[in-house]
Amino acid sequence: MQLDSGHGKIADFIRANQAKVLDRWGELVQAAVGSRISAQEIHRELEEIFDLVVRSMSDADESARGELRAVLGELSRSRARNGFNPTETAMGVFSLKDAVYELVADAPDLAGEYVDFARMVDDLGLLTFETYTAAREQIIADQAEFMLELSTPVVRLWDGIIAVPLVGTLDSARTQLVMEKMLNALVDTGAEHAVLDITGVPTVDTEVAQHLLKAVMAVRLLGAECTISGIRPQIAHTIVSLGIEFGDIATKATLADALAYALGRSGLRVGPA
Amino acid sequence: MERVPILRIGKTLLVTIQIDLQDDIVMQLQEDLAEQIVATSATGVIIDITAVEIVDSFIGRMLSAVGSMSRLFDAETVIVGMRPAVAITLVELGLSLPGVRTAINAEKGLRLLNGRT
Repeated sequence: MQLDSGHGKIADFIRANQAKVLDRWGELVQAAVGSRISAQEIHRELEEIFDLVVRSMSDADESARGELRAVLGELSRSRARNGFNPTETAMGVFSLKDAVYELVADAPDLAGEYVDFARMVDDLGLLTFETYTAAREQIIADQAEFMLELSTPVVRLWDGIIAVPLVGTLDSARTQLVMEKMLNALVDTGAEHAVLDITGVPTVDTEVAQHLLKAVMAVRLLGAECTISGIRPQIAHTIVSLGIEFGDIATKATLADALAYALGRSGLRVGPA
Repeated sequence: MERVPILRIGKTLLVTIQIDLQDDIVMQLQEDLAEQIVATSATGVIIDITAVEIVDSFIGRMLSAVGSMSRLFDAETVIVGMRPAVAITLVELGLSLPGVRTAINAEKGLRLLNGRT
């Protein structure tokens, strides 16, 4: 987007035709994004960008360039957050070329400068796209983190009995986190019984089973007992077909069964009052 | 060389490890324990590793060996106060300490041993 002072003509031309360019640009952007943004809002956004584009073209105004980049970055970030797709976001910038071209076509002496102008708009479009992607990646990373936090609560079921309801697929990172939380809870509360509830785990393959076994082993090393509960019929089927052995680890169909078992192991009995 | 003290409470020996475990300290402890079990005819050994933050495969194996060794004298070993990080490390190392019982804290470890006799 380096334009030397010799390219002031097209800048003047665009400025002179500001109303026309802006209207046409607005139409094109509106067509791309549909009715999700009002025409007034688009016009307001484009006006700001337009002003900065003209300023950064006409004079060697470094601050205008920086500002332009900042405004475009902010715009594409907000587009990414509001669920617009990359094409819609990038078209917002690229359609400026079309809007200007339609006018330049009638003035052949500006064709040379138009190429430079087009290159500058392309650069801006790329910047938009880059920011858009970065913003989307940030969103994905944030969500992954939220999920990790959300999905690993440790609940106290009874004196000395804690439960860890697992929801979602178990991978090594999550197992590690779950294991740490569960072991810390055992140490903090002095509980002697932990129940790993896998009702919310969609599939159990050999890897997941391996992770579960590790967690149970670690609990045992602390001197507590660990029961696995919430094994659904189809999961039981998978486990058997895969030939996974849970050995002497207590497994129960439901969390209620596991609680009853744990209470029994602690010498308590639940019965009618 | 530092030594780990071995305390006698009735028929139980209590070993509280408060220092960083070096290989030679653990070897020495193993020897001392064997002597003490014989000398006191203890029936139980409690090893408190609450203060131990780092273990390696050698120390893991030695803990297991202490268990097997004391069993030869008909004494049961209970390891108490293991930290979560240590437990995870041992599991990752593939050491599940066979022949050794574990308890959350010293109190529960004592109860475990007393329940046996």
